[in-house]
Amino acid sequence: MQISELEVLARKIRGRIVEMSHNAQAAHLGSALSCVDILVALYWNTMAIDPLKPYEPQRDRFILSKGHAAMALFATLAARGFFPENLLDTFGEFGSCLEEHPSPGCAPGVEAAAGSLGHGVGLGIGMALAGRLQKIPYRVFITISDGECNEGSTWEAAMFASAHHLENMCVIVDFNKWQATGRSCEVMALEPLAEKWRSFGWSAYEVNGHDMKELTSCLKNFPDHKGKPMAIIAHTVKGKGVSFMEDDNNWHYRIPTEKEVLLARKELGLL
Amino acid sequence: MRNTFASTLTKGAQTDQRIVLLSGDIGNKLFDSFKEQCPGRFFNCGVAEANMTSIAAGMALCGLRPVTYTIASFVTVRCLEQIRIDVCYHNLPVIIVGVGAGLSYAELGATHHSCEDIAMMRVLPNMTVVCPGDAVEVRLALAAAFKNDGPLYIRLGKNGEPIIYQNDPDFQIGKGIIVREGGQEVCLISTGNILPVVIESANILATYGIDAQVVSMHTVKPLDEGLLGRLFSKFKIVATVEEHSLIGGLGGSVAEWLSGQRSIKAELLRFGVKDEFIHGAGKQKTARQSLGIDAESVAKEILKKKQGYSYKNAEAT
Repeated sequence: MQISELEVLARKIRGRIVEMSHNAQAAHLGSALSCVDILVALYWNTMAIDPLKPYEPQRDRFILSKGHAAMALFATLAARGFFPENLLDTFGEFGSCLEEHPSPGCAPGVEAAAGSLGHGVGLGIGMALAGRLQKIPYRVFITISDGECNEGSTWEAAMFASAHHLENMCVIVDFNKWQATGRSCEVMALEPLAEKWRSFGWSAYEVNGHDMKELTSCLKNFPDHKGKPMAIIAHTVKGKGVSFMEDDNNWHYRIPTEKEVLLARKELGLL
Repeated sequence: MRNTFASTLTKGAQTDQRIVLLSGDIGNKLFDSFKEQCPGRFFNCGVAEANMTSIAAGMALCGLRPVTYTIASFVTVRCLEQIRIDVCYHNLPVIIVGVGAGLSYAELGATHHSCEDIAMMRVLPNMTVVCPGDAVEVRLALAAAFKNDGPLYIRLGKNGEPIIYQNDPDFQIGKGIIVREGGQEVCLISTGNILPVVIESANILATYGIDAQVVSMHTVKPLDEGLLGRLFSKFKIVATVEEHSLIGGLGGSVAEWLSGQRSIKAELLRFGVKDEFIHGAGKQKTARQSLGIDAESVAKEILKKKQGYSYKNAEAT
């Protein structure tokens, strides 16, 4: 798909996410908006997936380890055709399969539950090893947050994956520079982040996480055949796409009003 | 129990290619045969139990049947959240195996005691908790676990425990085994590695003319409520014995069940570890004695409860 088409898709998905947040009165809007371009690049131009065959053993796997960005995953899966768009209208409702953090098998395309941080890389290793043992050459993509790099289990997993030369797994860090209550580089000594992954035995690349061309070409380079798992540090902006939400950490928890939804959709070129 | 676990696992994995073993940097030499017979299916996950558990869940999501293994206190409590979310929330067929139940490693200090694991595992939705009483039960439990479709915890002792069964008993997950039939007065229910102690207690009681029944309640969850109903109807005293905290283990489970029963007259006695860390435990044997969960202490307490037997009589043992 052309870069310009991917950009249009990303804008539509952002608009849908803002609506979902308002309708369900669901938090984590800023965190969802920061990873949209990553998801679009993966689901349209990178992963070997067929929305009509979501359980095909050969499929590439995706784990959204930063489960609080579930709105971004659900809106992406719906747009990609894994399930009908109108299912998104039930998000967060009583009895809906779409909760504010993805539950196990909640919808086609959701590979794993998430919500508590620091689980996704380990789960992804299990999937990557299973593929190796079963001789099925799928790849595993995991998106984690910068805040998630606080979790020791993320680094346990990082050490294990490189020891086992898991070339078929790729971690994309949505480095939006904020965690729930502070700057992610101030709460913990996160930087130099790419160097950290390299020192743990990974191939690490840095990209602008909102530049679709950079993202897709970096992902095309995976696996890079260096015998190492790959980490992509995607520099992003929390709340990306809506000027009054960008880099404002209040939107970790704030819910947009009806008026703000309209403003946001207008900025996104959807009205 | 440990060696039987390793040999049974190897045998099972030879016929089921989905079985993989993940160890938390433990079991030096123990798994040599597994590694030889099942190449590529042994993973030393290092001293990183949380990651080991997540990996197991990821493998199970892709159709494998992982077994995680390390010391009981580390394979359960250290990675409790990974068990809760990655394994239990997804309801995956991961077998979690802890070695060193209760006070098996008494001399290593409280870091290595495992007297809370049953409680921690039992409270998790979807989890099955199995505590074999001897190597025969270990073999049968693991074979049954391979056919179980959800999360399952197996709590092993260490090595060299006495063999209780001369012939294989009918072993089913969730069904207690009557190891020794008794009269109508006293029933001792054991779970896990304390079973030989409980049988010895019954032997002591026999010298006082009390023909105690012994049950191995190897599965703490799901609890064999049908059997409990029959035992509490038949016996005057029912005692649970475990090398685990009195909170949340077998005794706790039975007490919870009992609180919902009507018109049961049997008295419940619970033997286990008090709500405290154990200091200066010495070896397992001395630790059991100091905690009152050795054969003599259990027998004495029961004799004290029985009419017609004075404490002095009990002291005579």
